Amino acid sequence: MKQTAENVGVYGKKRKCAGLIFLLITLLLYFIIFLFNADVFFLSLRYFVRIFSKIFYIVIIVFVFIFLTNLFLKPKFIVRHLGKESGTKGWIIVIVSGIISMGSIYIWYPLLKELKEKGMKKGLIATFLYNRAVKIPILPLMVYYFGWLLTLLLALYMVIFSVFLGIIMDRIS
Amino acid sequence: MLPILLAILLLISLYVTIIPKSFYAKVFTKNPIIDSIIGAVLGSISTGNPATSYIIGGELLNAGIALFAVVAFVTSWVTVGIIQLPAECYFLGKRFAVARNILSFLFAIVISILVVLTLKIL
Repeated sequence: MKQTAENVGVYGKKRKCAGLIFLLITLLLYFIIFLFNADVFFLSLRYFVRIFSKIFYIVIIVFVFIFLTNLFLKPKFIVRHLGKESGTKGWIIVIVSGIISMGSIYIWYPLLKELKEKGMKKGLIATFLYNRAVKIPILPLMVYYFGWLLTLLLALYMVIFSVFLGIIMDRIS
Repeated sequence: MLPILLAILLLISLYVTIIPKSFYAKVFTKNPIIDSIIGAVLGSISTGNPATSYIIGGELLNAGIALFAVVAFVTSWVTVGIIQLPAECYFLGKRFAVARNILSFLFAIVISILVVLTLKIL
């Protein structure tokens, strides 16, 4: 189908509606839980407030990133550094940025969607998401429970397999 | 974007409240191969801070669960996201999200085997 401005607008509205419907279903679920078990309802709500307050500032940072991306990162730039011709540089960029990225995974999805629409390779998106699993600030905790050798090996294998994942995702996309 | 984020956070809060941490230790069989798969499945359907997975993983090890299973559990906890799947499908496409999660699940098992074997060699 030819992608006209009108089509894009209708598609955007549908996506917005889908998001609102999803939220309404979730709120309905909470309402049902409240009727049957108020304790679970309040404990869940308390947990929600706690994680929301924790990630709130990161959500704002991501929104700023999206704004700056739209402002400065033109599709040509993305295609050159993170597109099909990006080569080794593209892999290094997503591995490092995946490892140092912070916050919950779902707050990064909108930014990745923007980058994908501007020409970022799907394999690089998959590699970025996989490398978010390697969290340097909490590695000491992992060392405490599993020892430094296992921690190091796991991190190393994860980085290697993130590239395999990216390559396979590119092949099947 | 905001309604989806709020819905996902609400669902995660509900999940974390309903599933107690003690649940994880009850489902392992002490068979390393089966436990690796169980570990990867449990890690995939779990969510939250990775630090929580390390704490649960450490306790599982203390309870005598095989290292294969614990590594698969910790790896899939951070790489597979069944709870986040609706959001990933919404933003990055259903095909991408499903393929990525299936591959990450399989990789969690492969990585757990490789890590334990490498540890044994070293």
